[in-house]
Amino acid sequence: MFRFILSRLLYLVPTFFGITLVTFTFPRLLKGDPVLLMAGERGVSPERHAELTAQLGLDKNIVVQYFDFIGRLFQGDFGNSLVTKKPVLSEFLTLFPATVELGLVAILIAILVGVPIGVLAAIKRGSWFDQVSMSAALVGFSMPIFWWGLLLIIFFSGTLGWTPVSGRISLMYFFPDVTGFMLIDSLISGQKGAFLSTVHHLILPSVVLATIPLAVIARQTRSAMLEVLGEDYVRTARAKGMPARRVIGVHALRNAMIPVVTTIGLQIGVLLAGAILTETIFSWPGIGKWMIESISRRDYPSVQSGLLLMAGIVMLVNLLVDLTYGLINPRIRK
Amino acid sequence: MSDTTVKLTDAQIRRRMLAEFWFYFSRNRGAVIGLCVFVTLVLMAIFADLIVPHDPTLQYRGMEKLPPVWEAGGNPDFWLGTDAVGRDMLSRLIKGSQYSMFIGVVVVSIALLGGVVIGLVAGFFGGWVDVLIMRVMDVILAFPSLLLALVLVAILGPGLTNAMIAIAIVYQPHFARLTRAAVMSELKRDYVSAARVSGAGNIRLMFRTILPNCLGPLIVQATLSFSSAVLDAAALGFLGMGARPPAAEWGTMLAEAREFILSHWWIVTFPGLAILISVLAINLMGDGLRDALDPKLKRS
Repeated sequence: MFRFILSRLLYLVPTFFGITLVTFTFPRLLKGDPVLLMAGERGVSPERHAELTAQLGLDKNIVVQYFDFIGRLFQGDFGNSLVTKKPVLSEFLTLFPATVELGLVAILIAILVGVPIGVLAAIKRGSWFDQVSMSAALVGFSMPIFWWGLLLIIFFSGTLGWTPVSGRISLMYFFPDVTGFMLIDSLISGQKGAFLSTVHHLILPSVVLATIPLAVIARQTRSAMLEVLGEDYVRTARAKGMPARRVIGVHALRNAMIPVVTTIGLQIGVLLAGAILTETIFSWPGIGKWMIESISRRDYPSVQSGLLLMAGIVMLVNLLVDLTYGLINPRIRK
Repeated sequence: MSDTTVKLTDAQIRRRMLAEFWFYFSRNRGAVIGLCVFVTLVLMAIFADLIVPHDPTLQYRGMEKLPPVWEAGGNPDFWLGTDAVGRDMLSRLIKGSQYSMFIGVVVVSIALLGGVVIGLVAGFFGGWVDVLIMRVMDVILAFPSLLLALVLVAILGPGLTNAMIAIAIVYQPHFARLTRAAVMSELKRDYVSAARVSGAGNIRLMFRTILPNCLGPLIVQATLSFSSAVLDAAALGFLGMGARPPAAEWGTMLAEAREFILSHWWIVTFPGLAILISVLAINLMGDGLRDALDPKLKRS
């Protein structure tokens, strides 16, 4: 197992350097002088221009600049935002819990609804449940989630008036930011109705974000289950007279879960991309909305670091998925 | 057992393969429906300028935000109503199919071409070439696709052409990986050794001998990428980084309609429905193609 973990870690090194190379190159590909871009419409005097160029290290050799960039990364220095002038890393970390909270709730919904649907559809192959649920899954998989979000707002917020249109919590409530996770903080605060308000705000965005992963997980679970249900050991278990519940729950599901775990892991990238759209529609103060705003405000240090950090997260999650995969499927470790 | 063998001409073999393909494809009812919708969309896109009832960019003064014809206040001249500045919704939706089909074709062509060449080279030559190419592909895949496309658009500048290039770059690792895997399994086959022994050069081996035998999974991936390209281009349009207004691109139409979601439902509903129907049709077709082209599924 140790060798397996080590080999996976070594495998990440070139990818990590590739990611840093891409994010390092990105602002240098933009048309125009980065110093002038930073200065904005006000412009800068030639002296100040030279000073800023030196300060940013742009007068150095490009290779030296790259290693400076890597060196700063390892010290946790991701540069400062052009708009707020604050360190990008601290801005990212402030907004990150909002995205994690939304993403976790979304993936939980996707797993808790998607896996049972997939299992049932496989057991009842060809039934009306199978047909309806798999058709719905295909619709979900094809859904433009930015439109889906707008539709849910029209119906649940506009027509029924059940849910708020945007934000994380009603402005009526105010409590200190302890964990950054509104669900937990609102509970700790002990304020009456705060937790319920958080849930109200969270429900539509998380359902929207869960849509595509849910569809993918349901489809994958169904096909993995179908494959496993046809295996000899399942037939043997059945022939021994084992109760159907145990055959499906223990023998079939555990083995069918191996590809499903990979699918769930792969959804993290989908979730992060989906978060960009979902957060924009629901004005959710997370990193997706922040990235879009940074891009439109031409705040390149923020875009650069945001890109790097998000790719880093995807890379780490993929590593965790690989390791989990190795843990539940010993054949992979060899 | 009979010893007689029938020699078929190439055309006959091709016809039989096509017949077999259609046999398996048409067993999937959803796939046939998807194909019909897709063909309709393609025809709509080709003849858009002939069938639109109104000029899609023409603003009718005094006709702003008219509801669809079946709603109270609807106007029979504008079946699906008008948008915020009085443009005919139906005409804009028809014109939008042109954008979506165009985006799908261009993105898939660039991604397929680039990915196949890269994958062929990596799989065929192996060694450090393979390692280098595949690590670069891993790096591209490490970025969330929409985010990378957004950043690429930020570099290239917003607009439809740049959005298509960005999406194609993001998609091509999938084709490269698929081609590489297929090439590596085909390389071990006897027919490849036979071709090599009879003097076929690398280029011929790659493109004439091996590539035609890797087409199945590539066609399926191309279909899936087509639908994803339509979705992603619409998402970029929605975020203001794709086609620019007043283009009748469905995502851009949705972006313009956002402020009316609680007051004029049709301005928001129809463009999204158009995206959903086209993506769904292509995905249905993709499922059918996978069933028809995957030999493992055929036996079951």
